[in-house]
Amino acid sequence: MLDIINYDAFLFLITIFAKILVLVIPLLIIVAFLTYAERKVIAAVQLRKGPNVVGPFGLLQPLADGLKLFSKESIFPTVANKFIFILAPMVAFGLSIAAWAVIPVADGWVISNINVGILYLFAISSLSVYGIIMAGWASNSKYAFMGALRSAAQMVSYEVSIGLVIVTVLVCVGSLNLGKIVYAQQNTWFIFPLFPMFIVFFISALAETNRAPFDLPEDESSLVGGYFTEYSSMLFAMFFLGEYAAMIMMSGMTTILFLGGWLAPFDIALLNKVPGIIWFAGKTSLILFLFLWVRATFPRFRYDQLMRIGWKVFLPLSLLWVVLTSGFLIVFDLLPGNV
Amino acid sequence: MTDVQLKNMTLNFGPQHPAAHGVLRLVLEMDGEVVERTDPHIGLLHRGTEKLIEHKTYMQAIPYFDRLDYVSPMCQEHAFVLSAEKLLNINVPIRAQYIRVLFDEITRILNHSLQIAAQGLDLGATTPFLWLFEEREKLMGFYEAVSGARLHAAYYRVGGVHQDLPDSLIDDIKEWLSGFDKIIEDIESLLTDNRIFKQRTVDVGIVSAEEALNWGFTGPMLRGSGIAWDLRKSQPYAVYDQLDFDIPTGVNGDCYDRYLLRIEEMRQSANIISQVLEKLPSGNVIIEDSRLNPPRRDEMKYSMEALINHFKLFTEGVRVPEGEVYTAVEAPKGEFGVYLVSDGSSKPYRCKIRAPGFPHLQGLDFMTKGHMLADLVACIATLDIVFGEIDR
Repeated sequence: MLDIINYDAFLFLITIFAKILVLVIPLLIIVAFLTYAERKVIAAVQLRKGPNVVGPFGLLQPLADGLKLFSKESIFPTVANKFIFILAPMVAFGLSIAAWAVIPVADGWVISNINVGILYLFAISSLSVYGIIMAGWASNSKYAFMGALRSAAQMVSYEVSIGLVIVTVLVCVGSLNLGKIVYAQQNTWFIFPLFPMFIVFFISALAETNRAPFDLPEDESSLVGGYFTEYSSMLFAMFFLGEYAAMIMMSGMTTILFLGGWLAPFDIALLNKVPGIIWFAGKTSLILFLFLWVRATFPRFRYDQLMRIGWKVFLPLSLLWVVLTSGFLIVFDLLPGNV
Repeated sequence: MTDVQLKNMTLNFGPQHPAAHGVLRLVLEMDGEVVERTDPHIGLLHRGTEKLIEHKTYMQAIPYFDRLDYVSPMCQEHAFVLSAEKLLNINVPIRAQYIRVLFDEITRILNHSLQIAAQGLDLGATTPFLWLFEEREKLMGFYEAVSGARLHAAYYRVGGVHQDLPDSLIDDIKEWLSGFDKIIEDIESLLTDNRIFKQRTVDVGIVSAEEALNWGFTGPMLRGSGIAWDLRKSQPYAVYDQLDFDIPTGVNGDCYDRYLLRIEEMRQSANIISQVLEKLPSGNVIIEDSRLNPPRRDEMKYSMEALINHFKLFTEGVRVPEGEVYTAVEAPKGEFGVYLVSDGSSKPYRCKIRAPGFPHLQGLDFMTKGHMLADLVACIATLDIVFGEIDR
């Protein structure tokens, strides 16, 4: 005889599992097509056509790429520490997917609506540096190692300013819950009052996800392939997927923190009829386009310059804004109460 | 505390490294990210060109010069044919000299656009690369129009050039010229005032005027340090003395100055090309001398003399009087010289090639000392090295 409590727990597990599938499968498809979008956008900037052979408009190119990577042989350097070598891309990939657990893609559409959502996101994105360090260390290659060191230094530095930007937003919201952060923007998106913070956050997001012009860890021209120099086949693909999933995650985070998440731009009935997920996806795509546009336009920073910007420009700036914003809120008695 | 002996890390950079520009192999001594010593290892593309030329007739030697610096082929052919012409003591028709200048300058733009493209790419800017390669395609189309080959032209001959320009070529070049300024502006809009590009190149790889002279630098590497030395002005060959152009120079001798200089040189080259197109005289494109120049096809059908000349020219080749000569041209990368010794036969006794990239590469160590690894990449790019000419 089936115990009623067990049945509930079972049902609960099934629902969670279904929710995860519903989120992760489209996410992976989007990641695949983000690579396609990247190639198309950069091709447009560079007066090329981009992928246009596989399928209509080259739309099947990501699948072909995936298939190719899947069928390749995995090569393990003889000096590599195999266990960590295999674990590293899994960590990188797993973490970038795990972060999505708390991101509300529309009103209530979230796997886990926890009250410390933003802290969870922050923790996960900080952890992702481990995947990179492990990869660099386990490869036992000088280039991979230097790439990993650069990456660790870079991610740690920029997390500080990202943290302070988040604090600024939190001060305005009064909650760590991502859903409440979005609701707090019902009237004004935070991009308007906190515009400098938006810029700092966006640039730090570029650095955090190792994207151009901060793609030093994988600086092709000086470090060959950076931390994944020695990787091939599916293990390489996992790093790749992880990087792009992290990119989408950071864009989603920007959308939630500054662009009003799933909310329509104006509180008009017609616009509110559009499902929230469309707004969320649209805003996220816009940020993603900025990621790609930046990559097509700018050269790459040097290691020391990048650290200088992180510590000497962004850190004081974001710290100043935390103080200014909280000061403003206190003086005008606008501090949000216990929401 | 125990005394720990810290050792610098030795890093093998290349020859399969993406930023090694061909087959450069560097053994680097690194203190973390800082380069302490750079030790270039060369010779991976050595093909024995100089020795091979000793066993080839003067005409057969020309294609070897395309394959030295394969980014600026025609300038090198020019150096070789000039030296042979000097030994033969002949005067090249004026039209041929104009055509040579025209293609020397097209070559210069070809080379500089590749250099700037590659420098951008090495610093992480991918877009200028594609934009400039578009232009290179068009320029190589002009190569193809006159010689049939897009890269290894083998177009110059002792005594002139192989064929006259095709009819529509001048209009095509004019049309291309009219759009070229825009391309340069576009490239400049991406790089020149870009803060990141400036941070990566200003005060990186500084070469003082004295160092440049001591190390035998030529071309943009020397002019970037403020010395206005250009063989086209200081010892004009072909018709450069009849053309109006400026020699841009840099001030600080850093990577950024050399970048600006190359941009300006491309503008000057475009200017020279338009002057050549205006002034291009009519006439022969190769000297009328049966010893040097194959007879016309139809002439060979009825003239015994012509047939004999043709046979002698293509079996034995041109007999060049005994003597030795050094001629140099201002190739895009610097002074490209040919030291030719003839023993009176139809093959050179010795052909020593002075490649500008060779001394430049020697300077890499002092340029990069104390810089970071990423700066080393910028320095390699600014040296504009091509291993075809360094390894020969």
